[in-house]
Amino acid sequence: MRAKKLSLTIAHRLAILAYIVFALFPLFWLLKVAVTPNDLLYSEGVRMWPSRATLEHFEFVIAHSAFPTFFRNSVIVSGSTAIAVTIIASLAGYALSRFSFRAKYWLIALMLITQMFPLVMLVAPIFKMLTPLGLTNSLAGLVIVYTAFNAPFATFLMQSFFDGIPKDLEEAAMIDGATQFKAFRQIILPLTLPGIAATLGFVFTAAWSELLFALMLISGNDAATFPVGLLSFVSKFSVDFGQMMAAGVLALIPACLFFLLIQRYLVQGLTAGAVKG
Amino acid sequence: MASIDVQGVRKNYGDVEVLHGVDLTIRDGEFIVLVGPSGCGKSTLLRMIAGLEEVTGGDIHIAGKHVNHLAPKDRDIAMVFQSYALYPHMSVADNMSYSLRLRKTPKEKIASAVGAAAAKLGLDPLLERRPKALSGGQRQRVAMGRAIVRQPKAFLFDEPLSNLDARLREQMRAEIKKMHGDLGATSIYVTHDQIEAMTLADRIVAMHAGVVQQIGSPLDLYDRPANLFVAGFIGSPGMNFLEGTYHSGDGKADIRLSDGTAIPIRPREGLRDGYAATLGIRPEHVELKEDGSWQADVELVEPTGLGIILHLSIHGQSFKIFTADRAVLSPPPSLQVNFPEEHLHVFDEDGNRAD
Repeated sequence: MRAKKLSLTIAHRLAILAYIVFALFPLFWLLKVAVTPNDLLYSEGVRMWPSRATLEHFEFVIAHSAFPTFFRNSVIVSGSTAIAVTIIASLAGYALSRFSFRAKYWLIALMLITQMFPLVMLVAPIFKMLTPLGLTNSLAGLVIVYTAFNAPFATFLMQSFFDGIPKDLEEAAMIDGATQFKAFRQIILPLTLPGIAATLGFVFTAAWSELLFALMLISGNDAATFPVGLLSFVSKFSVDFGQMMAAGVLALIPACLFFLLIQRYLVQGLTAGAVKG
Repeated sequence: MASIDVQGVRKNYGDVEVLHGVDLTIRDGEFIVLVGPSGCGKSTLLRMIAGLEEVTGGDIHIAGKHVNHLAPKDRDIAMVFQSYALYPHMSVADNMSYSLRLRKTPKEKIASAVGAAAAKLGLDPLLERRPKALSGGQRQRVAMGRAIVRQPKAFLFDEPLSNLDARLREQMRAEIKKMHGDLGATSIYVTHDQIEAMTLADRIVAMHAGVVQQIGSPLDLYDRPANLFVAGFIGSPGMNFLEGTYHSGDGKADIRLSDGTAIPIRPREGLRDGYAATLGIRPEHVELKEDGSWQADVELVEPTGLGIILHLSIHGQSFKIFTADRAVLSPPPSLQVNFPEEHLHVFDEDGNRAD
């Protein structure tokens, strides 16, 4: 009996391990190629780790490429988009969750429809619209486009978090003497922090890795974001894999930091104890 | 403390009217209980007084001030919710002081008000805890504490005890009554539990289907229910009803059941000869007598400890008796019973009381 339980536990752990290895292997490969010297990249065959590791690709990427510019641009674009979308989505999600108003149904339907079209279809019209406004080749243009595309989904996400917070809480706050907005800010918003963190993280990563619009709306290195910049490691005759992977590893850092920062809110069940349960 | 005046208040949700013109005057310091089955509109009425629901028609005055369009925060009332609605991210002390902090009350005053309320409710050792670290009864107390710290014009209770177990409910019921005695605050209490209504109320407002059925003291409603609904709702086990037709003449009257049996009663005004009428008698008022006039077949015996509930059948109609007589624990297949005239309630064909 005991042996059976033990073997089941072992099987369980092995399955988890296999899954983790499967999911993280591409990341490992990214790191492996990034530290492989160029002369060993093709000469050693397929190995799990090169016989000699080097940081020269990282040094080159940081010191001699436009990568720091790409990186800065991406931080600005993704950060601004995440903040703008989260503010819009919190307010809109709260309204959809709590208020009943005319045309609410149609508004939701319209927001869903925007999610139905492949983005490729919209590249040309958006380029046409942004050009006369001077928003092509600018970070502000990218932030506006990303915000518009991410806001509907983020709104639904936030709405579901607000739906999970009992209405009694803000009614109690309003009877205690708060206006509806104050109740929202002081009672509801703090309880939605996990939702806000999830939305921030979701939008940040989406903007961080967006390639299509960045490629179409931006030309030249000055306003290029990191995914576009990666392509600059592809030249006409060769691909510099080592530098590209090194840039990729560096680009993972802010995403990891960001999730470290918000994970505390993601796992916290803040509403526990609010009402009977 | 204040009086509350409700005049012709109606509430519509879309085309559906859920409250059909409620009139109610609550005196300063009175404890009013709104009682009725789910969906009768009692909670809606309470929420309209609180300002959480819009008033479709009619007027609400609190302390003489017209409040129909005032936000809840400007009505100076406190409310205890069924779910307690404690702020989960605040400590007990912060939960209780939130309303005072919103009103920019000086710190020393807040501390003394919270201290006094905590002492009254026995919450002193819990002040630094979060709501999730409290038991159901303790959360209930915090919700009460939050209401009493700021001495509002009126207290509103929305089924505050229905999430507690029976023992705790009994205890909190007594505490609410004691608290009302101490503070003398105008209170409106919503419940579907007629025992809570009977024990707590100065006056009970019995509601059904959005209409007030009767307003009166608990014993009024028990002794002289205005209609069949109140008669059946107040009291446990519920009142027995026998349906028949009313016949009178020569200073005598009776109710004739469908099988022709006639139960004599004294003549009542407002009843018409030959029309349908309902006879009501509470289970605790039926007499078990060996020489009783009515034979009843025993169907079920339910001992409660305090007494025994007998389920009977009289001329094909089901019937209950509540008695303290333990001899009926193992009753014969049929018993003789009497209906004492002073305990008979008679209702006309529309279900209204006839005297």
